[in-house]
Amino acid sequence: MSDSLKLQYVISDEDFTRAGEASGDVKAKLKMMGVNPEVIRKVSIAMYEGEINMVIHANGGVIDVIITTKDITMILKDKGPGIKDVDLAMQAGYSTASENVRALGFGAGMGLPNMKKYSDEMNIETEIGVGTTVTMKVYF
Amino acid sequence: MTINDVQTILHGRFICGEEHAEREIHSACGSDMMSDVLAFVKDQAVLLTGLCNPQVIRTAEMIDIYCIVFIRGKKPTEEMVEMAKERDIAIICTDHRMFNACGMLYDNGLRGGKPY
Ligand SMILES: Nc1ncnc2c1ncn2[C@@H]1O[C@H](COP(=O)(O)OP(=O)(O)O)[C@@H](O)[C@H]1O
Ligand SMILES: [Mg+2]
Repeated sequence: MSDSLKLQYVISDEDFTRAGEASGDVKAKLKMMGVNPEVIRKVSIAMYEGEINMVIHANGGVIDVIITTKDITMILKDKGPGIKDVDLAMQAGYSTASENVRALGFGAGMGLPNMKKYSDEMNIETEIGVGTTVTMKVYF
Repeated sequence: MTINDVQTILHGRFICGEEHAEREIHSACGSDMMSDVLAFVKDQAVLLTGLCNPQVIRTAEMIDIYCIVFIRGKKPTEEMVEMAKERDIAIICTDHRMFNACGMLYDNGLRGGKPY
């Protein structure tokens, strides 16, 4: 179907304060569209954790969001260092975050597990030194 | 209980959102790690935290928490207060520490939701 909504957000790593703005915007849009609150919550948490990861691990990037009548797809693409061992990174509690990041309330190693938990489909493509693309889908 | 009760029980003071004082609270959570809050929160309406940065407000926004209690005398910045106001989130500050603050609310009947 052609009646899909496409959104794009450029995520900067310069200001940690602004991390989450894109997720907040998507949340507001879904709310306006009258999407089920439980679905909105899943999207919000999954995208927010992904957005935070782009900022703290990958020098920012670009998020594409595609909303159709059936689902929402979030594509988070960065040119960061890549993930060496995805299976390990997916484990709850695994984190390479610095003490600085931890002091900001993140870096508990729960981000990727949260993204997996709250999305209906998730795929990670990553290459060392090139970057990471995380694609998540949540059904309406 | 209401947001107003939370403020009274914790001997706290409103930084913003006093107009939401009558909103009902059914469940709360306490943590300094925002990822933990995102991982386990269900229908909690109150977040008690000793972490004091804008991501606390954003975390609350993502999961529809409408009352944040900063413990141990932590004070939010002007920027954080503005963010909270825009999102209709009430902020309460208390000097109590995490364990006691949670215990005082628990004592008064507030619960933390079901374990996973
Ligand atoms: N976009 C990314 N680019 C590079 N590394 C990443 C990215 N996302 C996650 N990682 C790696 O995976 C680990 C686990 O991620 P996560 O579960 O979100 O925990 P945390 O962010 O708390 O460290 C991170 O510590 C980091 O090493
Ligand atoms: Mg993370």
